[in-house]
Amino acid sequence: MIDVIGTPILEAPHATGAKDQHMVLNMGPQHPATHGVLRLVLEIDGEIVVRLYPEIGYLHTGIEKTCEAKFYQQVVPLTDRINYLDPLSNNLCYALAVEKLLGLEIPSKAQWMRVLLAELSRLNSHLIWLGTHAMDIGALTVFLYTFREREDILRLFEAVAGQRMMTSYIRIGGLAMEPPLDFLDRVQAFIDTFPEKIDEYANLLTGNPIFKGRLQGVGHLSAADAIALGVTGPPLRASGVDFDLRRDMPYSSYEKFQFEVPTSTDCDCWARYTVRLVEMRESVKIIQQALDGMPEGAVKADAPKIVLPDREKMKTQMEALIHHFKIVTEGFEVPAGEVYQGIEAGHGQTGYYVVSDGTAKPYRVHMRYPSFATLQALETMCKGRMLADVVAVIGSIDIVLGEIDR
Amino acid sequence: MSTASTFIGKAAVLEGLPEHPAVKAIVAWKGEALIDAKFDRDELTLTIVPEELRAAAATVQAAGYNFFEDMTAVDWFPSSPRFQLSYHILSHAYKEHIRLRVLVEEANPSVDSITPVWPSANYYEREVFDLFGIRFEGHSNLRRILMPDDWVGHPLRKDYPVEGYR
Repeated sequence: MIDVIGTPILEAPHATGAKDQHMVLNMGPQHPATHGVLRLVLEIDGEIVVRLYPEIGYLHTGIEKTCEAKFYQQVVPLTDRINYLDPLSNNLCYALAVEKLLGLEIPSKAQWMRVLLAELSRLNSHLIWLGTHAMDIGALTVFLYTFREREDILRLFEAVAGQRMMTSYIRIGGLAMEPPLDFLDRVQAFIDTFPEKIDEYANLLTGNPIFKGRLQGVGHLSAADAIALGVTGPPLRASGVDFDLRRDMPYSSYEKFQFEVPTSTDCDCWARYTVRLVEMRESVKIIQQALDGMPEGAVKADAPKIVLPDREKMKTQMEALIHHFKIVTEGFEVPAGEVYQGIEAGHGQTGYYVVSDGTAKPYRVHMRYPSFATLQALETMCKGRMLADVVAVIGSIDIVLGEIDR
Repeated sequence: MSTASTFIGKAAVLEGLPEHPAVKAIVAWKGEALIDAKFDRDELTLTIVPEELRAAAATVQAAGYNFFEDMTAVDWFPSSPRFQLSYHILSHAYKEHIRLRVLVEEANPSVDSITPVWPSANYYEREVFDLFGIRFEGHSNLRRILMPDDWVGHPLRKDYPVEGYR
């Protein structure tokens, strides 16, 4: 076990001439195994990693600064682009934070739809993780299988939001619009067959001796290290810490759903693989419960000064037209205050910290994204191991560079 | 959404939430280090004097708030003190967040780093240094993290234009 307090977090390594045998190796920023533009500076002794230093910021677009110049409702499309693999979770977290500031009550149908969509989004995120992780290890086939099911999920997103990836469907005060009439049936058809597909992936990987050999005992991260280094989500649970915001600090009526939170005490890449696989099965259970118990009613809060009116009403009612015009041109004022809202997204705990000064534009929006913190644990997991294990570990912590650099 | 009561001010929080583990721990440790407090929208905010930040972080950590979740700054330009640092600390046992808040003056903005308490604050402090220009004493590697190393200025300050300098 590596003691995190003793782990020096130092400057990037640099070559110091021939007096020792260590070599400094640059990996990335363009490398197929880095899941984006991550650059790693490695100090290696033969094939053993002595030190590892991530260099980030290649995708920094200043979204937090941009948010300060937008109306509250205009921030929603920006949130999609941060973690483009789990768009609805981003929308949900931002909407929940602003609704907390406004003190807005959300109708139960909208809350249940949000749970359903957040779980579909989690499946989407986990499918990409599984495909690319297996591909990094050398099992190319799985990628083709997972992207087949991901396509089904993207079609569902397209049906409900009109967009495959940048959905912006969860808005402040509810959802953008009623889901199409056949949407719930299509989701039902998808999850009827999906558990078999998970079995298919497991058949390809779980018994595969090469895959097992590359993951078991690799990338060890103890529970104490995971907490000290800010690791959340599946990697935290794979280190034996039983904590999931959906169950422990429920939001958007997650308290009404029954599901298990998988954990493992193996603390290695294999544990992260098994935990995520079980999580996918639990997500299917949650979606089934959401479909069975979907309440009737509106999908938008009754707050005409905050929520855009339906198209129909705009064409027939003067007030709806005025409200629409006001919201679009002037936004809506949010009471002064500060809130922090955390949710359990596919990669771990996402959090939005929104500060309002009482105007129609947020004074400060800060996003806590799980990959940013998890990346700090990479050195602890890779130190003293073979160079090839770095690729397995990067895959197992499931990072997205869009949410690291924002 | 919330039906819980709101307490504004140190006296009101001490009276309203005397049994709250974080409040209790801070008062038992050094009551005068707590200069302001607020319980609003189900969130507890404790404002600490800047000099005592690291000790306050260690105190709430010992009180069961074991997980550093997030940290960032807010620029209240042109008011004084200009910067606010917000630390969001999560407790796995109590299943709740608290917010530690520190106010920093504009001239030579600097506070103690909390990386000795939570190593996970490392990247977050680098981010605030990069984007706000606040220094963290005792940080092992305080360099820019998101902006290029040779960048001039701190983009998230309010006197930095959204479009940048052209």
